[in-house]
Amino acid sequence: MPTEKPLTQSIPAGGEALSLQGYERLGGYQGLRRALQMTPKQVQEEVTNSGLRGRGGAGFPTGMKWSFTPMGADAPRPKYVVANADEMEPGTFKDRYLMEGNPHQLIEGLILAGFAIEADVAFIFIRGEYKLSQERLARAITEAYSAGYLGRNILSSDYALEMYLHVSAGRYMCGEETGLLNALEGKRANPRAKPPFPQVSGLWGKPTIVNNVETLANVPHILEKGAKWFQGLSLTKDAGTKLYGASGKVKRPGLWELPMGTTIREILEEHAGGMRDGVRFRGVLPGGASTDFLVEEHLDVAMDYTSVQKAGSRLGTGTMIVLDDQTCPVGITANLTHFFAQESCGWCTPCWSGLKWATKILDAIEDGQGRPGDLDKLSYLSTFWSPGHTFCALAPGAAEPVQSALKFFRDDFERHIHEKRCSWRS
Amino acid sequence: MLTAEERQEIEVELSHYPTKQAVCIDAMKIVQRHRGWVSDESIRDIGELLEMSAGDLDGIATFYNLIFRRPVGKHVIMLCDSVSCWIMGYERMRAHLTERLGIQMGETTPDNRFTLLPIVCLGDCSHAPALLVDNELHGDLDPAKIDTLLEGCE
Repeated sequence: MPTEKPLTQSIPAGGEALSLQGYERLGGYQGLRRALQMTPKQVQEEVTNSGLRGRGGAGFPTGMKWSFTPMGADAPRPKYVVANADEMEPGTFKDRYLMEGNPHQLIEGLILAGFAIEADVAFIFIRGEYKLSQERLARAITEAYSAGYLGRNILSSDYALEMYLHVSAGRYMCGEETGLLNALEGKRANPRAKPPFPQVSGLWGKPTIVNNVETLANVPHILEKGAKWFQGLSLTKDAGTKLYGASGKVKRPGLWELPMGTTIREILEEHAGGMRDGVRFRGVLPGGASTDFLVEEHLDVAMDYTSVQKAGSRLGTGTMIVLDDQTCPVGITANLTHFFAQESCGWCTPCWSGLKWATKILDAIEDGQGRPGDLDKLSYLSTFWSPGHTFCALAPGAAEPVQSALKFFRDDFERHIHEKRCSWRS
Repeated sequence: MLTAEERQEIEVELSHYPTKQAVCIDAMKIVQRHRGWVSDESIRDIGELLEMSAGDLDGIATFYNLIFRRPVGKHVIMLCDSVSCWIMGYERMRAHLTERLGIQMGETTPDNRFTLLPIVCLGDCSHAPALLVDNELHGDLDPAKIDTLLEGCE
């Protein structure tokens, strides 16, 4: 039986977007029609029962997230839903594909999330560099208004929702849930302390739900075909399909929608075609820059939340970055740490100061200026990049590649220090 | 002074949000779209319109990667320096660009034609290395493709 690919099977192959008519013909907005016959709480329950977990990196159960929103006549108004389309995790290119290929799928998912929490206003928070996605979403929002899917009395129901596209001015911190809220309020994207959680006190102090693009794209299909169907798509206990990607020196870098729980080996060998001729696999960041390296012994790990965590890393965004034997493990770690140091918002000292310090140590090692004790210093520094020492997940994310590189590629780091050079460069 | 057109575009954004400050990032981007960058004068003008101090606005402007507080060239090239592009040849692309343009990252050519800036992951990792030329995405770069892109810029 061919695998079902609900998120991507209707995306045209030629690079153009699926039109509104095309989307409707393939079942688009049927999930919304069905949901409007239900109560918001029933919609929340359907999504909870489906087992959908957040696809942005943290993997929080979506229905549960929604269920914390105050409901009913006494709830503070207006309430907000936000699509987090600020895809900026290095190595990640899945949400752009979904938005360019099928903008209405995201819009329907966002309307459904809005209905589920009785939201009044929806924002799509998209990064400034995603120009084509912006154009296609802006057009699709206009079409959705014209077709009666947005505005007052959606499909002749009592439900009303306004939707706006917010184009960001660019900063990794905007992808962090509470940083995003500050950015939408026209501030620096510093994180906020939790609690209160955004579901209770988010945008302008009102109840707000923030969900990733891929998460929301699943919702119309869950409402159309049911929670049970969604669970049946997966190979493991984490439900649904997943967009997996591979970049680096593999034969066919790309993106594939596969059953949740497909192994790293199958993705890299069958779909990505294995390593390019002349290079060998050394390791992989399974879900973007902020996940721990996994190595050869982990190739048979199933790419789902539980299994990857058990192997010592995180599913993250599910888009893998492959490290080969002709790329320097110290260099890649320095590159990753530079990214996090640059994108640190400056709010927490272990992050802004510690990451900067770590880049200096890593650059020195890579340049042949490393000193004995540097690796211990790096390890020690990275212990402060952890929940409890920082407001948000940026520094904890930065710690993952550093700590795992020190574990799996320690010999390479030590050789740089002893030989006072990078053998990949000379 | 803000032009009538800039004001009008900012007004449209104001209708989407409950506070004036919420629009400040959009307002700076609107001005930048018309003028190429955001000057001290524009900061003051936007601040007046949105009832914000110039200091607050500048703090916000300098936080975001895509707001330019200094003039840029006619064409802005943003080269991705994140991990997948780094693996696939970012350093070679940077060397080629800096040599071709005769400037370093963060600089503008003396004839004001090109500004060269680093940018974080552009979400084109399966076609790394990648860059933006005036916000248009180009992947699968090699030095020859970069030359063609530069020649295509008037």
